[in-house]
Amino acid sequence: MSAPPPPPIAVERLVKIYKTVAAVDGISFTLVPGSITGLLGGNGAGKTTTIATIMGLVAPTSGRVTVLGAEMPRQRYRVLHRMNFESPYVEVPMRLTVRQNLTVFGMLYGVDDLRGRIAQLGRDLELTELLDRPTGKLSAGQKTRVSLAKSLINSPDVLLLDEPTASLDPDTADWVRGHLARYARDRHATVLLASHNMPEVERLCERVIMMKRGRIEDDDTPARLLARYGRRTLEEVFLDVARRTPQSEAAQ
Amino acid sequence: MISRTEAALAFSPRRVAAMMLRYWYLLRASWPRLLDLVYWPTVQMLTWGFLQYYIATNAGFFARAGGTFIGAVLLWDILFRGQLGFSISFLEEMWSRNIGNLMMSPLRPLEFIAALMVMSVVRLSIGAVPVTLLAIAFFGFNLYALGLALVAFFFNLMLTSWAIGIFVSGLILRNGMGAENFAWSIMFFFMPLTCVYYPVTTLPSWLQPVAWMLPPTYVFEGMRSLLIDKVFRPDLMLEALALNVVLFAAGVLAFLALVRSARRNGSLMQTGE
Repeated sequence: MSAPPPPPIAVERLVKIYKTVAAVDGISFTLVPGSITGLLGGNGAGKTTTIATIMGLVAPTSGRVTVLGAEMPRQRYRVLHRMNFESPYVEVPMRLTVRQNLTVFGMLYGVDDLRGRIAQLGRDLELTELLDRPTGKLSAGQKTRVSLAKSLINSPDVLLLDEPTASLDPDTADWVRGHLARYARDRHATVLLASHNMPEVERLCERVIMMKRGRIEDDDTPARLLARYGRRTLEEVFLDVARRTPQSEAAQ
Repeated sequence: MISRTEAALAFSPRRVAAMMLRYWYLLRASWPRLLDLVYWPTVQMLTWGFLQYYIATNAGFFARAGGTFIGAVLLWDILFRGQLGFSISFLEEMWSRNIGNLMMSPLRPLEFIAALMVMSVVRLSIGAVPVTLLAIAFFGFNLYALGLALVAFFFNLMLTSWAIGIFVSGLILRNGMGAENFAWSIMFFFMPLTCVYYPVTTLPSWLQPVAWMLPPTYVFEGMRSLLIDKVFRPDLMLEALALNVVLFAAGVLAFLALVRSARRNGSLMQTGE
């Protein structure tokens, strides 16, 4: 009997301390293949550090992170070609055309039939007309679609998204969410999504991990979180968690 | 047939080519970048060339040492522009906030370094070839007449420029854009010590051993030996090569250590100041 495949993402007692500040403080979670999980938390909750550690961009102070069975960052080159990410804090080069950017990243990720893949992404993300325009000349919504195309260029099995719809108008944001949901379903890809946007998380995620001050405050399905907190929306749950103090917890 | 994982683990010429393509697209799309490659080398060469012409017509020694100033300017430019060509390609990633994309891609540090090395030669060629032709036109100084000696000079100077470029890139990755100035100025620290325009014996005796620890010193001494005494000194080139091997290995090891350190302190996430 063969061993079961390793989980797409496994985080065990992860700690990341910058000088004296604990950005992430002993969190653990495991994602199942094909799932979309939301990572929620206010500013400074540790979401971006967690995602960067999973991508191998940051080395843990202690604890262990594995992606598709490879320990990060030590064994990252075993799996980086099967992962990708999108973040508003990282940009694709603005002077290159969309096609040039996708060509460069496609080559970096070892994509076969790159021309075909770029053409397909052009159709899927409505970028065909924009392929030969400089990326810097596009609107914010179009640039987000280009970043999304870059993050999907290698058809990743594990996709990490850090606020993928930040600064987008509601229509474009909704369109991006729809595309991400279809991609995860069709590819059976595992998606970890850090976001401040509660409706986005409610719509996309079957599981929500709530972080605060580097720790996991709660971890469940959106429906069970709503029931447990007696709230109608995730935003209300988020506010409950964000405003909860040790004193209020003790009083309860 | 090798698997995708095996391909990802091996050194990949395709990923090196991807990075070269990225810089070529950038150069091709930006005439100010292209102009910048030629502008300063031309100004430098003309200034020093006319100065040498003036001195040569008024002093016996300099008349005999024809071409040493222009030769030194052109060889210094190989050293300086080689390092700058390496560092600017790297800085393009920082300026465009693309370094995170690269660091989270399968691109390996040694592939990145290889692409930057090739691009430094491409950038240098775009800038230096027209300038060497101008030196023939204005002063009758033909750098290419140095023949095989020029190959030895060029190779040694490029190795030094890469070693320093690699180290500076590591510093910027580790410390952010606050360290950008090193990319522009670090080579000038070596300028007086490597004796670009004068013999090593001009330095105080206590400083001469320091000068001989730097590979370019051997190149500039070798150039003067060739132009003044008409003697090519292979011993100097071999000593420079030996020092360069050590310097290059130290540069690569320092870069890898600085990237590891950047991964620990989270500075790969923050590419600002």
